Amino acid sequence: MEVLAYLIPISLFLGGVGLVAFIYTVRSNQYDDPEGDARRILSNQWDDHPKP
Amino acid sequence: MGGQITPTAAACPGCIAAPADAARPVPKDAQIALSLPGIHCSACIANVEQALNAVPGVQDARVNLTLKRALIKAAPDLRAADLIPVLERVGYEAHELDPGALSATQADKAGRDLLMRLAVAGFASMNVMLLSVSVWSGATDATRDMFHWISAAITLPAIAFSAQPFFENAWSALRVRRLNMDVPIVLAIVLALVTSLWETALSGKHAYFDAALTLTFFLLAGRYLDYRTRAAARSAAEELTALEVPRAIRLRNGAEEEVGVAALKVGDLILVRPGARMPVDGQIVSGRSELDRSLLTGETLPVFAQPGTQVSAGEVNLTGPLTIRATAVGEDTSLHRMADLVAIAESGRSRYTSLADKAAKLYAPGVHILSALSFVGWYLYSGDIRTALNIAAAVLIITCPCALGLAVPAVTTAASGRLFRKGMLIKHATALERLAEVDTVVFDKTGTLTEGTPDLVNLPEIARDDLAIALALAEASAHPLSVALARAARDAGITPADVSDISEVPGFGTEGQHAGQRVRLGRAEWVGAPDGAETTAWLAVGDRAPVAFRFVDSLRPGAAEAVRALRDGGKDVILISGDAPTAVQALADKLGIETWLARALPQDKAAHVQTLTDQGHRVLMVGDGLNDTAALAAAHVSISPASALDAARVASDIVLLGTDLSPIADACRTAEKATKRIRENFRIATIYNVIAVPLAVAGLATPLIAALAMSTSSITVSLNALRLR
Repeated sequence: MEVLAYLIPISLFLGGVGLVAFIYTVRSNQYDDPEGDARRILSNQWDDHPKP
Repeated sequence: MGGQITPTAAACPGCIAAPADAARPVPKDAQIALSLPGIHCSACIANVEQALNAVPGVQDARVNLTLKRALIKAAPDLRAADLIPVLERVGYEAHELDPGALSATQADKAGRDLLMRLAVAGFASMNVMLLSVSVWSGATDATRDMFHWISAAITLPAIAFSAQPFFENAWSALRVRRLNMDVPIVLAIVLALVTSLWETALSGKHAYFDAALTLTFFLLAGRYLDYRTRAAARSAAEELTALEVPRAIRLRNGAEEEVGVAALKVGDLILVRPGARMPVDGQIVSGRSELDRSLLTGETLPVFAQPGTQVSAGEVNLTGPLTIRATAVGEDTSLHRMADLVAIAESGRSRYTSLADKAAKLYAPGVHILSALSFVGWYLYSGDIRTALNIAAAVLIITCPCALGLAVPAVTTAASGRLFRKGMLIKHATALERLAEVDTVVFDKTGTLTEGTPDLVNLPEIARDDLAIALALAEASAHPLSVALARAARDAGITPADVSDISEVPGFGTEGQHAGQRVRLGRAEWVGAPDGAETTAWLAVGDRAPVAFRFVDSLRPGAAEAVRALRDGGKDVILISGDAPTAVQALADKLGIETWLARALPQDKAAHVQTLTDQGHRVLMVGDGLNDTAALAAAHVSISPASALDAARVASDIVLLGTDLSPIADACRTAEKATKRIRENFRIATIYNVIAVPLAVAGLATPLIAALAMSTSSITVSLNALRLR
């Protein structure tokens, strides 16, 4: 059962990482246009170099 | 945009030369927002962005497909009016939106706030569920207690943050001594937390931390869906300013200056150019022209205007420039007075109770009584307050309206998403439910079933020589009838005759010289022809009898399909218009509408809708003009096209973004399906309660059963909603 002493903090930490990542995506407007983003990935417009 | 050069100060030598300008704040880049009802694929995104980015002055254009909008960062002097033709040339319909950056970000803040709470509840419930699963699978004694304590440490702050919207709503309802859906929710959450803490402190077996969190999570999901659907619709509908007159030209000491309409005062002299809309009520001081009053009254025939004629805000000046003296501005204009009619009619609308409210009215007291009864019953039976409280909490958690909270928003989100893809915006939360009950559809004519632009009808009856002369004269004018005539003649392969000395006489027509004779194209009395009720332009060649060019309003695309589909769906279709009987009858016959009413005043329209309602009909009103607003507000549910006047759009529940009318019949079908799904969802939620509640009351419910029942019912309800697609 000693393994719990590691596993519980690890699972809490991983959950926290997920939460922080999610908050980052919300803050950087990544959910503003889900439908458009899903289509844009199919366009080959900026395949060679990123949009300046 | 690698190839694009950003304009610098050096590109404008005048700016450097004028030091006074340096003190002024640098004009900020213009933010332009356009509504694009027609876009639907990745090629559309690429086309629109390429077309916009190619316009000089545009710095960055980005399409948002979810909201069907384009946001453009551009040089300060660029206007939306410059960009709309560019998009029309590549085949996309576009309307200007008020960028209203402030209100948009504010609305967004509320959405983000909900999303953040949803995320915290979701992540916390995942962690707590992980710990709970180990308890359910057999952790005992110290391990179980430790898991419970860790769960408590995660749950308490997470709930304190995530469930705030529920706490606030419940508190505001309780303060005015009312019950709403949030009161039992809050009670369940709080009671679950208190008993769980108590149990944990006494090393008891059952703790409901995971239940409290998943409950919050599911309910927040419902709230968020609800918010998303409504916020998208609301902001777009409010921002559609396609037809408003935000600016006007004021004459001061003979000099023209462009000012905001809000800055106009009574007595100001205002110049209204041909094609522009009257910003205020007033009297014509100089100039002759014709006025298009169709948006206010529904008449298609342009009205002659000369000095002394009274004009109302919203009318369109057609031919010559007019100078008007303002007699009423802002709130006092006839345009705004019409809004009072709307307010009166609207008070009747608010009596509608949504299905969700009906369910809540039954549900909230029922849950409280049930849980109180089981508490009292178990206390009397066992004499142990801890057991009784535990069971009361279990009853509250199990009955808690997870499925109920998701039942309506999940379906409305799916349905409004589906309708939005077809170009309809649902503005009002209960609009779909009301639309499903409709059995009578009332259409307005001008601008709704018809496009409000004329079409030449008697082309074959006219001699080719006359047509050639008329074409030459028509091409010299921007009057809508001239434009329609020229288009029809060109399409028929006519080449303009040789007409010299062409001049436009504002308010009357165009005249010129052809083969030594005076030729005139214009109003009946000007060319010496009998005046008729139909929209007619006359051509007079010398002293010959004038030739009539008759026009009818062309049908909007999809109008015939919409009417047919509505009639096939078993609905009565009625046409009510302010236009002349002949024009209304012609259109009714064309579309197969049996009941029609002509020359209806705004009050008549509203009264007719009211009469139908009193007879027990549920009326859907479709209209665009100011004369329709009262009827729109009086109807059970209402739809207006995006080209409608602002007042009409505000009064209606659903806005049609495109020009096509055929989605209306579709919307009725979707609404009926959606309401069916909502009822099904309520039934699912009830069945689940019927099974789970006796278990809880009997004291057999464990946290595992609660978690299973709650998740299954919520997921079933969401899946059922998705079937709508």
